[in-house]
Amino acid sequence: MTLMTIITKMAEGLEKTCAIFFLTLLFAIPLGMIVALLRGSRFRPVSWFAKVYISVLRGTPLMLQLIAVTYGPYYLFGISVSRNKLIPVVIAFTINYAAYFAEIYRSGIESMSVGQYEAAQVLGYSKLQTFMKIILPQVIRRILPALTNEIVTLVKDTSIAFTVSYQEMFTIGKQIANSQTSFVPFVVAGVFYYVFNVIVGFVMGRIEKRMSYYKM
Amino acid sequence: MSILKMENIEKSFGDNHVLKGISLHVDKGEVVSIIGPSGSGKSTLLRCATFLETIDSGTITYDEKNAAETTGGKCVYAKNLNEFRRIFGLVFQNFNLFPHYTVLKNMMDAPVSVLHRDKEEVREECIALLGKMGLAEKANAYPCELSGGQQQRVSIVRALAMQPEILFFDEPTSALDPELTGEVLKVIKQLAEEKMTMVIVTHEMAFARAVSDRVIFMDGGVVVEEGDPEEVFGNTQSERMKQFLKNYDRNN
Repeated sequence: MTLMTIITKMAEGLEKTCAIFFLTLLFAIPLGMIVALLRGSRFRPVSWFAKVYISVLRGTPLMLQLIAVTYGPYYLFGISVSRNKLIPVVIAFTINYAAYFAEIYRSGIESMSVGQYEAAQVLGYSKLQTFMKIILPQVIRRILPALTNEIVTLVKDTSIAFTVSYQEMFTIGKQIANSQTSFVPFVVAGVFYYVFNVIVGFVMGRIEKRMSYYKM
Repeated sequence: MSILKMENIEKSFGDNHVLKGISLHVDKGEVVSIIGPSGSGKSTLLRCATFLETIDSGTITYDEKNAAETTGGKCVYAKNLNEFRRIFGLVFQNFNLFPHYTVLKNMMDAPVSVLHRDKEEVREECIALLGKMGLAEKANAYPCELSGGQQQRVSIVRALAMQPEILFFDEPTSALDPELTGEVLKVIKQLAEEKMTMVIVTHEMAFARAVSDRVIFMDGGVVVEEGDPEEVFGNTQSERMKQFLKNYDRNN
């Protein structure tokens, strides 16, 4: 098998890699915010639930969660594993990354000075207005570097989908490597991930620059 | 007519009894300065008046309407506190401007999104207000681009943009270096001349004497001395205030 064939075959899996990546971000970014807000709730059972959620999802391997979400329904309820594994894969990635995002949001929210809340309160802003207009924009600005870190990790973590044989780029690469007894697919995968992350880094850098029109 | 009446205010933080049955009345057009040593409860009194702290007992009345009252030992706040918040403005010691908004947006946002006023009308008013305060060219600057004195002046105009009936100042010059206090005090003086009702917690004695209609000396959560500034400063009665002024003079 020539290098070109390997690259072409693996590139076909990139679409699925991207699907995991973008769909996870799409769902985990807002879900993480919900978890962070629940964790900050003054109603004990709610904040306790969010704490347990974060603790379990950060405390167990993504690989196990992936297996649990994909095959769990079969073992528990006898529901056959769906042909399209994208759904369980995205669910597993989303609930896992939401836990990490939640903690990043929390660090940002807690870093805000109480004076910002007080100024908004005296001016008559509602709680929702205060959060959406005053707190959240500043929080996003503050957490961008930490968020970038997590997003870069997500790019590489998509490879874990091979555990449930989801045909993304790395899974295809691994199959070629096995059948051809070749190391080349791994090198190709490495290059793919690196280029992907250079793009992610570039985009996040642009966003950070865009938001740095003021000093905190 | 009094805009603000606070009666028998009690406030404790845990075991720390900060306000011990204190009362404060402010009439329309009056400038009241509150002085006193650190920990005397001056700032807490302002924070109670602006609902940033809840009182344990007592009565807070704005324009003859009760915002908080105590009946049968239980202190109850009015449900529509935001309507009371329209009556007053507060200038903080450390400004608390919104760093992600320009000067103009800092001023305009609350009148537009809280009071639902017409945006263009508010814009014109705010620009005029900035011009009056000598900040016209800073309208599109961000707070981080301004000096401390300018930031505090912006926080004053932000409060004024809400057209409050009474303006509270919580040590407005304490976070500024001495060179910058003058410009902020000048703005407050200008407002006093325009008959703005104000309550100013301050450590600037000469300023308090010059600008106030009434001076209140607080210590240990109670009013120790109160009256006309010339009387209070020129003919101090209480030993505690005499000592306070002596220490103040020695340090300045």
